[in-house]
Amino acid sequence: MPKSIRDAYGEALRKYGVPTENVIVLDADLSGSTKSVLFAREAPDRFFNVGISENNMVAMAAGMSTCGKNVFVNTFTSFLTTIGACASKALISYGKLNVKLAGAYAGLSGAYDGPSHHSLEDIAIMRAMPNFTVFVASDEIMTDRITKYLAQEHVGPAYFRLSREAFPQIYSESDTFVPGGSKVLCEGKDAVVFSMGFMVSKALEAAKKLKAEGIEVTVVDLYSIKPLDRDTIVKYAKSTGAVVAAEEHNVIGGLTSAVSEVMLTEGAYAPLESVSMPDRHAETGKYSDLTKKFGFTAEAVEAAVKKAISRKGK
Amino acid sequence: MIKYNHEIIFCAAETSYCGAYFKEVKMSLDPKRKAYLESLCRQFRIDVIETLHSIQTGHPGGSLSVCEILTAIFFEKARFDAKNPKWPGRDRIVLSKGHAAPMLYRILAELEFFPKEDLKTLRQAGSHLQGHPSPNHTPGIEIPTGPLGFGYSAALGMALAQRLDYPDAYTYAILGDGETNEGIVWEAAMSASKFKADNFITILDNNHVQLDGPSNVIMPMGDIHAKWSAFGYNVIHCNGHDVEDVCDAIDEAKAKKGMPSIIIAETVKGKGVSFMEGNNKWHGSAIDDESYKKAMAELKGGALDA
Repeated sequence: MPKSIRDAYGEALRKYGVPTENVIVLDADLSGSTKSVLFAREAPDRFFNVGISENNMVAMAAGMSTCGKNVFVNTFTSFLTTIGACASKALISYGKLNVKLAGAYAGLSGAYDGPSHHSLEDIAIMRAMPNFTVFVASDEIMTDRITKYLAQEHVGPAYFRLSREAFPQIYSESDTFVPGGSKVLCEGKDAVVFSMGFMVSKALEAAKKLKAEGIEVTVVDLYSIKPLDRDTIVKYAKSTGAVVAAEEHNVIGGLTSAVSEVMLTEGAYAPLESVSMPDRHAETGKYSDLTKKFGFTAEAVEAAVKKAISRKGK
Repeated sequence: MIKYNHEIIFCAAETSYCGAYFKEVKMSLDPKRKAYLESLCRQFRIDVIETLHSIQTGHPGGSLSVCEILTAIFFEKARFDAKNPKWPGRDRIVLSKGHAAPMLYRILAELEFFPKEDLKTLRQAGSHLQGHPSPNHTPGIEIPTGPLGFGYSAALGMALAQRLDYPDAYTYAILGDGETNEGIVWEAAMSASKFKADNFITILDNNHVQLDGPSNVIMPMGDIHAKWSAFGYNVIHCNGHDVEDVCDAIDEAKAKKGMPSIIIAETVKGKGVSFMEGNNKWHGSAIDDESYKKAMAELKGGALDA
C-alpha cells in the first residue's frame, strides 16, 4: 500500500525543506493533518503556526518571500484557495513572489467533513492567477519529486494540489516532473483520456478494461495544469479524434476547461466528454463511497470513452 | 553632536556603520534638521496636490495625512540605500494603506529611487507608478499593497523573516484607521504578539475619516489603545503631523523589547488644505480647478500649522 499523498508530502517537505535553509513553513493549526508537523519538529525556528488565520498566513508568506525565503503555506485547500485568494492574487501573483501553496485535502478527500471542506473549485481559482505554476499530485512518487522541486529549484508562485488519500502507485523512482510537462502513460489510437490526480489511476484502469474489449486508449497525466502541455493535448486530440477529460473537480474551470480551451484555440477539433463534478456540491461520506456516488470511477471513464468514440465524425 | 547629512543618512551600503549610527540617534531633532523636514513636507503636499489635480484621479485625503509619518521614517529613521534598493539588510517600509501611494511616490522620488519627472505619469497607462504600490513596477516598493490589511500581514512576515538573517533590521508598517476594520489586521496583530516581533513597528495614521464618512460612524473601533494593548502591543501615542514627535515615538518603539509596538499617530485627513481636512469627500475625489487654486493658495501661503 503506497503512502497517502499527505504523508508523502509531509515527509518530502521534511526531507528536502529542512536542509534547504531558505525554506520557511507556515501552517494554520492543521500541521498534524497537512503533515507540515514533520518539518516543524526538525526546523522549529523556520516553522510558524499562525493559528486559525489563513488570510493572515498567506499574506505573511508573501512578505516573508520578499526577504529571500521560499515559503510553504499549508492548510486545507478548501480554505487556502478561497480565504487565501485575495493575498494569492494581489500579493503573490501580482508580486511574482516565491510562495508555495500546498493544498491539503483537495477534491473530495475531506470526505466526512462535507462540502464545506471539499475542494472542487481550487484549480479554477488558481489557474486564473497569472504567474502561478499549478501542479496536481497523482501518486506518492510524484508528490515527493514535485515537493523536492518546489523546495529546491522553483522560484515563484506555485500551487500544489494534494490529497488526504493514498493513490495507486503509477510512477517509478526514475520518473521526473517539470512545469509544462505531462506523462503519456499508455498509447492507443482510438481515444485519449487527459486526467489529473486521483483520476489518472482510474483512467489507467479504464484503459486496461477497454483494451480487453479491443478499444485502444491513450492516457495522459496532465500533472502540470499550468503551464499546460499544449503540444501533447493537440497531438493526441488530433491523432485519436476522441477526447475525455477526467478530473476530481467541478466541470467548470478545471481540467475539462483547460483541455477544451487548448483544443479549440489550436484547431484540434474532436468530441470531448468530461468526467467531473457537474457543477454541484457533494455530501458527507467515506471517500470511496463519495467517489463512487459522484462518478469518479473507472466505469465512468470507460463510458465517457465509448461516448466520445461514438461521436467521432458527427 | 551628530551632524545630519543626506549622504550619511541614506548611505546604507556599509551596514555595520549605518547600524551603529542609528543606534546613536538623539531623542529629538536638531532644530535645523526639523525645519528642513518641515519644509520638505510642505513641498510634498504642494507637489502631491499638483499631481493629483493634473491627472484627475488618486487619493488626496490619506496622502496628506500620512506625510509627516512617511517623512520621519524615510528621512530620519529607516536604513536603506536608494541606489541599491534590494540591499538585503535594509529596513522594510510597507505602506499598507496603499491608496496613499501619491505621497509615498513623491518621497521616493525625493530620495532618488526614480526621477521626479516620473511623478506626472502617476496612474497612467505605461507608467511605472501604479494606482497602488507594486514592487515589480517601482523601485523602493517592497510588496503590492492596496487591498486593505494584507500589507500588514505581509509586513509582519518580512519582520519575522528578517529576524532570522538580519536581527538589527526593522519593518515599518503604516496602517490607516479605516483599514483596521479589516479582520486580517487583527489576525496579524495576534501573530505579531505571539512571535514577539519587537522589530516590527506599526504606525497608525489615525485620521478619523474613511471613504464613506467619519470612521466612528462607518465602523466604530472603540478604545483603540485598549484594543491594541489587549492584542499584546506596546502602545505609543504621538502627533502624526509633528515629524519630531513621530521620530521620538519610533525611538520609543525600538527601545521596547519582547513585544511589537504600535504608534497611534493622531492625524487629520486632508491635512494642510482647509476644505479637505476631515472631509470624506476628499478621500478619493478628483480635484477640480477651483479647489486646486484654493488648495495651492493655502499650501504655498504657509497655512500648514493653522
